Amino acid sequence: MIAYIVRRILYAVPILIGVNLLTFILFFVINTPDDIARSQLGDRRVTTAAIDTWKRSHGYHKPMIYNENAQGLGKFTDTVFFNKSVRLFGFDFGRSDSGRDIGYDIGQRMWPSLAIAVPTLIVGILVNITFGLFIAFFRGTYIDFWGVVTCVILLSVSSLFYIIGGQYLLSKLFHLVPISGYDTGINAFKFLILPVVVGVVSGIGSGTRWYRTLFLEEIGKDYVRTARAKGLSEQVVLFRHVLRNALIPLLTGIVVVLPLLFMGSLIVESFFGVPGLGSYTIDGIQRQDFAIVRSMVFLGSVLYIVGLLLTDISYTVVDPRVRLQ
Amino acid sequence: MHRLAALLFCVSISPASLALWNNPYPDSQTSENILYSSFSERPKHLDPARSYSAGEYAFIAQIYEPPLQYHYLKRPYTLVPLTAINMPRVTYIGAEGGRLGEDAPVSDIAFSEYEIQIQAGIRYQPHPALAKDKRGEYLYHSLSDDQVDQVYELSDFMETGTRELTAADYAHQIKRMANPQSHSPIAGVMSQYIVGFAELSEEIETTLSTLEDGEFLDLRQFRLEGVTIVDRHTYRIRIRGKYPQFLYWQAMPFFAPLPWEAERFYAQPGLKEKNITLDWYPIGTGPFMLAENNPNLRMVMARNPNFHGEHYPATGDEVDQSRGLLADNGKPMPFVDRAIYSLEKESIPRWNKFLQGFYDNSGITSDSFDQAIQFNPQGEAALTAEMSGRGIRLSTAVATSIYYMGFNYLHPVLGGSGERARKLRQAISIAVDFEEFISIFRNGRGVAAQGPIPAGIFGHHPGEAGINPYVYDWVDGRAQRKPLAIAKKLLREAGYPDGIDNTTGKPLVLHFEAIGSGPDEKARLNWMRKQFKKLGIQLIVRATDYNRFRDKMLKGKSEIFLWGWNADYPDPENFLFLLYGPNSKAKNNGENASNYANPEFDRLFERMKNMENNTERRKLIDQMVAIARRDAPWMWGFHPKDFSLHHAWVRNTKPNLMANNTLKYLRIDPKLRADERQQWNQPTLWPLGLMGGLLGVSIIPAIISFRRREKSTAL
Repeated sequence: MIAYIVRRILYAVPILIGVNLLTFILFFVINTPDDIARSQLGDRRVTTAAIDTWKRSHGYHKPMIYNENAQGLGKFTDTVFFNKSVRLFGFDFGRSDSGRDIGYDIGQRMWPSLAIAVPTLIVGILVNITFGLFIAFFRGTYIDFWGVVTCVILLSVSSLFYIIGGQYLLSKLFHLVPISGYDTGINAFKFLILPVVVGVVSGIGSGTRWYRTLFLEEIGKDYVRTARAKGLSEQVVLFRHVLRNALIPLLTGIVVVLPLLFMGSLIVESFFGVPGLGSYTIDGIQRQDFAIVRSMVFLGSVLYIVGLLLTDISYTVVDPRVRLQ
Repeated sequence: MHRLAALLFCVSISPASLALWNNPYPDSQTSENILYSSFSERPKHLDPARSYSAGEYAFIAQIYEPPLQYHYLKRPYTLVPLTAINMPRVTYIGAEGGRLGEDAPVSDIAFSEYEIQIQAGIRYQPHPALAKDKRGEYLYHSLSDDQVDQVYELSDFMETGTRELTAADYAHQIKRMANPQSHSPIAGVMSQYIVGFAELSEEIETTLSTLEDGEFLDLRQFRLEGVTIVDRHTYRIRIRGKYPQFLYWQAMPFFAPLPWEAERFYAQPGLKEKNITLDWYPIGTGPFMLAENNPNLRMVMARNPNFHGEHYPATGDEVDQSRGLLADNGKPMPFVDRAIYSLEKESIPRWNKFLQGFYDNSGITSDSFDQAIQFNPQGEAALTAEMSGRGIRLSTAVATSIYYMGFNYLHPVLGGSGERARKLRQAISIAVDFEEFISIFRNGRGVAAQGPIPAGIFGHHPGEAGINPYVYDWVDGRAQRKPLAIAKKLLREAGYPDGIDNTTGKPLVLHFEAIGSGPDEKARLNWMRKQFKKLGIQLIVRATDYNRFRDKMLKGKSEIFLWGWNADYPDPENFLFLLYGPNSKAKNNGENASNYANPEFDRLFERMKNMENNTERRKLIDQMVAIARRDAPWMWGFHPKDFSLHHAWVRNTKPNLMANNTLKYLRIDPKLRADERQQWNQPTLWPLGLMGGLLGVSIIPAIISFRRREKSTAL
């Protein structure tokens, strides 16, 4: 298994280089170094000399990807792309174009993202499994029918509607929770209730349908029939046999998103005023801060690769028949 | 026993016994003298040499104190001393070095020298950069790696110190602006005026190239020819020629003092990696200091314990007395102990928190406009009954800004000083109905511009004398846009009858450079097309992003565009320079975006720009405005009107669009705020019970069904 993991990590290197190159090209198709400098210096009264000075001090004065005037390897290394990218592989994100240390900011901002994402994931899974099992138990009845209809309605609604609706009902109308904001430590609790509730409710439709499908697939299998034939009660069949076997796709679906929880949610963080990584990324894009954009894309790619690797490993844990070679 | 517990629980959660569940602040703050507000975008820079936006000034202007400030109440905007004892003394010097009289011709003046004497005894806020040990050595100027490792915030430094503000600190800040590493946006402007500024920049740049990466550059070792320290509390700035507007710059944070110790402290290795930099942790002498700096969440300003003291103004405008704005006359400022600004990116939560009493003031977005504002039959804005019922007050002020629609003067059809192009521009200026634009897209928050100079700026004429005679008539005591027939006549004379080009026989097609293409923008662009359609002109919209738009403007490739300008200072020069030929954006990267060039206008501008505000200057301005109106390089667009709302517990609110250091004037009634919040935010608990009940009821059929299934036979 270790050889497999090492191999997967080595595969990740060219993927990350490719992602980095693609980000670089896409970003600089839209923004020139002059644009970045103007974005930092402002439009008012800024002179060409000031732009040149800024570019020089931030390393944007060099050729982008290929330096014709350099010698040997310098043709590739004495470029904006190389200088801005190579340190990423050591997880040294450097400084943003506005001068802040990106690694420090990521370290600060990932906690609020996690504070929302982790309870949303856990509560969401519990609620969705409960509803999924409930509907699967009553398969073919009116409960199943109306449950599925409700799920389809819930998943058809935009997440923005849940956010605004939740803020309107729970905070504006009923005054039960703060409408937005965040705090540290135990004080964060009251700010997390609304985004977590909104996150869970907005995921019920799709989650419950997915789990229902998984459970129904298992329910139709021979071992379930055998269990019933043994005279086991329906709840024992569902909880002891169906749920455990349905865990394989369920677990892999969860494990793959675990690392991405760090990245936060753009809309939720923006509407609830949560200083997480989701809003950090969009801030970087809006400010044309290439240093932040490339760092967050790189981090996202790494976490996604880690998620896929963990998924593979989790297969071996939940299904002894699977072996990684 | 169970019943008793249930009863106790019900009593314990009854609304009367509850704290506010939706209060985003700790309950302990309820009765504290704190002002609550919000900001929508995190500041980029808090370094006074670099910061140049309103969002950043909202913070640093409360911390840093330049020598001058704007009087809070007087209009037109008036400069008064802040840390200076008096207004700066100006001396004019001839080319031979001799002193000239105040009325010396501008052409004779080679240099102007501003002597500024600051108050003695002003002290900096407590700051670790100024902390000293018993021997008088700086405690934190030589941090070890271990010390740096234990620091995460500036507040982790246990000791702080202070010292007296000196004239050298002001000189130091001017040198910082000259330092290329500071990236000061006004370095280019200042190098034109301050003697030796450009030379110092070059000298510093040369020195920087010899330093190791991260090595501290001590600016005290450099000499700036144009800045002289006369004594501990007096300094002189020598500038080239006569530039009366230089005084206005002295009211901006660019010219606030900065102690060298701060630069020395922040330059130490390891602090930058923890974002402990001068750009994020200001050090000033103002009424407030930054107590918490988390631009991703909140910024907290706390009263500076070393503040030198200042008193609320004793005089103001005529109406200020009746509005209660002089009630605090002579009282020591600041009035609030702290100000908490929360990051609020979205307008909906921001507005709702204002209505709940958790923000003390608010702007008005389009979404909430109808809820907040109604217009009376006279067209005046007033609060709706809902807002008035809450005791909310409305403040309005015409901004010292202009949004204009420009014609590119370099364009072969629209540009140039020829009669044909001029009539075409005048015709379009009449056809594009900015009164309608203001009504539809800005909810009436704006005043149609008659020229480049907004109200409140010297050179602006209200009433009939101030209308643009090429676009408006004075009818029944108000400016009325000329009939479309006049525009069509002008268009015909320009060679485009009904929008058809006489020479080609084809419709006249013009291009509008638009930024963005969202749903809101689409409605605006459709409106724009309709305005040109009135004359038979086809308007093609070229929507693009801001970068491309800026690029087109820099290259002079635009035709018609919408742009704006927000005044740096309340002087007509700051608006008329937008039309000065040598400031052409395409030719010289200046601020004249339409690339307008008229030799007569330029000649008058050069005479006017360095004059004091007097009758002669007013005449010159009138001539310039008349020329610009005739040439119509811009459709004059509109001056935006700022609407802001304040709760009843906020006192001394008067919009001052030039001053940024206004926090110290605001007073809060925390008791009234606490009472109102309590009344407005009682939690409603019945929905929770209802939800629980519904859930319970919905489960019953499932339980019945479950039992029936369990008891049923297999076949």
